Amino acid sequence: MIDSTTVLWGQTIVYTAYVLIISAVVGWFALVITRPTGSPPIVKPAYFYAFVAFLTTIGVSLHLVTYNTIPWVPDDLNAKEVGRDVPTFSFTMRNHQYYYDGSVLADVVPEASRIKVPCGTLVKFAVTSDDQTYGFGLFRSNNSMVMQMQVVPGHSNDLVWTFVKNGTYSIRSTEYSGPKGNQLQVKDAIVVSGCEKGE
Amino acid sequence: MSAFLETLLDGNEKAFKPASLTPMQKLTLQYVVFGLVYYAFAAIEGMLMRLYEVQPFDLIAPNQFFAIMTAHPLVGIFGSSYLLVFGAFNFVLPFVLGKPIWSYKLAKAAMWLIVVGVFTFWSAGFVSHYSPMYTLYWPLPADFTQFSALGGAVFITGVALVMVGTLLWVVNVVKTLTFTPPGADHVPVLATLGDALGLTTMKRLVTGRIREPFEHLVPLPAAAIARGTVDVLFNALILTFTGVLILVYMVAELSGNSLKTTWVDALLYKNWFWWGLDLIADGLVLIFVAGTWYLLANLITGKPVFMEKWARLALGVELVVSWTVWSHHLLSDQAQPELLKMGSGELVTAFELITQGLAFFITLATLYRARPLAMTNELKFLIGGLLGFALAVPAGIMQADVGLNRVLHNTQWVVGPHVHVAILVGLTMTLYSAVYFLLPILTNGAKLWSQKLATLHFWCHLVGGVGMGAFMGMAGLQGMLRRTIYVNFEYGPYMVLAALSGALLLVALAAFLLNIVMTLGLKGALGIFRKGDLPETQLLPTA
Repeated sequence: MIDSTTVLWGQTIVYTAYVLIISAVVGWFALVITRPTGSPPIVKPAYFYAFVAFLTTIGVSLHLVTYNTIPWVPDDLNAKEVGRDVPTFSFTMRNHQYYYDGSVLADVVPEASRIKVPCGTLVKFAVTSDDQTYGFGLFRSNNSMVMQMQVVPGHSNDLVWTFVKNGTYSIRSTEYSGPKGNQLQVKDAIVVSGCEKGE
Repeated sequence: MSAFLETLLDGNEKAFKPASLTPMQKLTLQYVVFGLVYYAFAAIEGMLMRLYEVQPFDLIAPNQFFAIMTAHPLVGIFGSSYLLVFGAFNFVLPFVLGKPIWSYKLAKAAMWLIVVGVFTFWSAGFVSHYSPMYTLYWPLPADFTQFSALGGAVFITGVALVMVGTLLWVVNVVKTLTFTPPGADHVPVLATLGDALGLTTMKRLVTGRIREPFEHLVPLPAAAIARGTVDVLFNALILTFTGVLILVYMVAELSGNSLKTTWVDALLYKNWFWWGLDLIADGLVLIFVAGTWYLLANLITGKPVFMEKWARLALGVELVVSWTVWSHHLLSDQAQPELLKMGSGELVTAFELITQGLAFFITLATLYRARPLAMTNELKFLIGGLLGFALAVPAGIMQADVGLNRVLHNTQWVVGPHVHVAILVGLTMTLYSAVYFLLPILTNGAKLWSQKLATLHFWCHLVGGVGMGAFMGMAGLQGMLRRTIYVNFEYGPYMVLAALSGALLLVALAAFLLNIVMTLGLKGALGIFRKGDLPETQLLPTA
């Protein structure tokens, strides 16, 4: 099952390979242009047009590839429709704190009080802010990110998501809201269960 | 007196004689000096933050850390990049147009306004710890439970001074393009502006005459400067408007009449502010850099730019693209319309891969056609700058994807492989290339003190810049956020390596500054601030 860890590993491999290739090409170029040449160097305009076509293909295909391979993208772009009748978990943020069911969430949530979220089915996180622009991100125990969104005051901030692994996740604000919000996180806030595999 | 001290005072071989400089040469060098001083400010601030990200230390409180983080990019962009770019273009524009700058006094006033403005907001941040970040997300800049209204007002006033200086510079560029100096042939204002802004090329493309030979009124580098200046103008107007709005809230607070922050829609504000702010990152920087690449490639090789008409067209497309890409900063804002996310955020943004890719290709092709070339300092830094954007632009295109942005937004990936590699490796190495090229021209033949230091400067800067971006990016892929203090060494190994890379950047800067001081000498460096006898309209000494 593809989750954010898989996506980020894919990105790491693709970008690292690109960095190595382009660095080698530029390094080779730097050597070549200092060497004497027998005949006048020619760059055909055809190379230029081929390069334009290549860049256009890359620019467009990146988004097509991610749309068809990253599982959350289609849901994300149709969030209003697909998120209409799904289990919803509503949070409010104010004074640099997260509130759930009208109560402020402690810095570390005890096991009995964790918010239980089903795995393998679409759910919705609906977060509002009463004051600042905040962020809402879920993180694994190794601090890697599951997903995040911005929380803008005066607007609905809804994120639909399907968990593919069981696990316990912390909430952390992914947007700076002033020095008071520096450690705005709730450890072990959410427990996801119902799938065969765990984190 | 030892030879070292003698050189330190009088410069290398006593070749630099500031009295021989024209006022324009001196003014350009003054811009460069202030730009480098502020670069040093930003570099030291950056190093402090790098160390703090390894492990927070008591010397800096968290609110001071965030104040540094707020000032750092603003000092880097306005204090360093703007001054270096504006100063260089004040000289280059008359140089390529073959006529004097429209107003020397305006150019001087612009410099001082920016210098004083940057120092004002930096000081206000240092003293009051005003720290809403450069993003200024509403209503944070007007949150007086966290920030002093007075400190914030001084901070915003400093930014406003920079904007006024910027607007004066814009006026000077436009007037320099279009005015007719005494005794010269008449300059047709509208036709010149049309050519400079790309309307002429666009018209020729639409009417199918793009392949026909055409004599442009404005050389390619001047066209790039003109088009980037449009984005400078729009950016300054948006920042000024936003600054005035924030100042209104501050003045009201100071006078005991607090205003409701809900009067301003946070999402609408975010849209207009990013529209303007993004004109720096995705507009003027890319356009100015492409123009500088073309100019340097032309000057280094002595040959015309490859496929020049397409280069002109790409600059025009980039200008339009830069007005329509802001939404890639709001891909994680759920209330942002999907149409804007897909259209502006993803598809139009992907055009930057094409426009910047073309500039990359055209510059390389221009250099290649002129081989063999000597690997001079200006050439190696130009190639470094090209590599920087070749690394940073695709990193930005990746985060400007709806799917990937969900796990990259506000992580160290954004500021590492994208922002810092673009600015430190792409932009700064391009500027260093220009500095090395212009140094003998601006100093009437001063001789560089040490080639070994120049080589050390190049390698430390390249490896440090790429390394820092890479390790920040690796931490970002592991979930490290860009504006969060981590107290438990969560990303320690990456941050140690990023800090070591940052230290290399400082070594590079020290090597460069030492080399420049030894080249010009302390007396010479002071001499550029003394008034000369030559006329202000003269770009270079005639002899």
